[in-house]
Amino acid sequence: MENEIIAAIVSSVIAFFSVYAITPFLIKWLEKKNLCVKDFNKTGEVMVARPGGISIIIGILAAEIVLYGFMQLNGILAIIITTSAAFVVGLIDDRKVMGGWFKPVALAISAVPIILFGAYDSDLSFPLFGDVQIPALYFAIIIVMIPITGNTINSIDVLNGVASGFMTIASFALTISLVIVQNYEIAIVSLPLAFVSLAFYKFHKFPSKIFPGDSGALTLGAMYGAIAIVGGVEIIAAVALLPAVINSFLFLSSMKRIVEHREIKAKPVTHTDDFKLKATSEKDAPITLVRLILAGGPLSEKQVGLTIFRLAVFSGILAVITAFMMGVSL
Amino acid sequence: MIGSPIFVFIFAMWILLIIGGGILVAFLGPISISGYGELDSILSSGVKAVIAIILVIAWIFALSKIWIFQKQIKS
Repeated sequence: MENEIIAAIVSSVIAFFSVYAITPFLIKWLEKKNLCVKDFNKTGEVMVARPGGISIIIGILAAEIVLYGFMQLNGILAIIITTSAAFVVGLIDDRKVMGGWFKPVALAISAVPIILFGAYDSDLSFPLFGDVQIPALYFAIIIVMIPITGNTINSIDVLNGVASGFMTIASFALTISLVIVQNYEIAIVSLPLAFVSLAFYKFHKFPSKIFPGDSGALTLGAMYGAIAIVGGVEIIAAVALLPAVINSFLFLSSMKRIVEHREIKAKPVTHTDDFKLKATSEKDAPITLVRLILAGGPLSEKQVGLTIFRLAVFSGILAVITAFMMGVSL
Repeated sequence: MIGSPIFVFIFAMWILLIIGGGILVAFLGPISISGYGELDSILSSGVKAVIAIILVIAWIFALSKIWIFQKQIKS
């Protein structure tokens, strides 16, 4: 047990401080290379460095490789490879305009190492009712889960700090849940995700100095999905992610097809004269979580972000309750 | 509070998720097809997969009937 506690502390410190130390240099380098994009929610020509996924993946790899030294789990290797593959997918999408099919297909392929390493349990656990055995169907769940979690986090990366802040809350909720279901090893493995997100949030929060880009958002989302599978807490992980799931659900329900954000002509959100965010009345615009929040009236970008964080905390609490319910059988 | 209907929506999603899980475990779990040799497990999983997909569609349909969603669609 002492070894696990040391592993948890060391990997958390490495995860947090590597991102905290590297990101300022990354921002300067990206600015020097003119790799910046316009922040559309600010007045004037505010340019922000992108992608920040590079510091996120360095933090994750450093912490997880150290953890592997402590624990030698196949699950850690599967998480490292799947997360790295998702980073590469995101980086390609950051640099080149790819078709709508690219990310889901490439992320599905990223999930293959989890199957190859056998780092999963094909029983799906539900609160109150127990497990259901779905050996063949579970392969499909693995292949589908990584694209879903990756794209779900990517789809809420629309305002300053939201993706990293949301991921920090969801990851800590997932870690607590893993401790509750007594899966201590994977709880330790999930800690670096929470600390990397927290360190990145320092630079991503309003007003952002750097954006994670697809490489950052897909890395965070894919790692979250991989931990959920390897830790056997798929349902708990889905509960903690509910606000982001709602966002994807509303988007798909209103658009009736998978579509890239850049392909959407009618924007769901516009600005007031004092540059607050306000929901548009365009019928063709997709319904999103932000648009739903703004249905009550215009809000500042910071206020919308805080509302999303409140929703994340609420879902995180529901996830922890769900974890407790795993131990109860009807 | 800002966005308070969305908290209700998330809570409803959570309840539906737990109920859906119950249906899955109680009715889907025990399904077992035999008499086809090595194809038994594939057929069992296939039947479970089809029913699971129907359940997910029913879950989405139930969610789309929740008033907050309807209200937003119509606004």
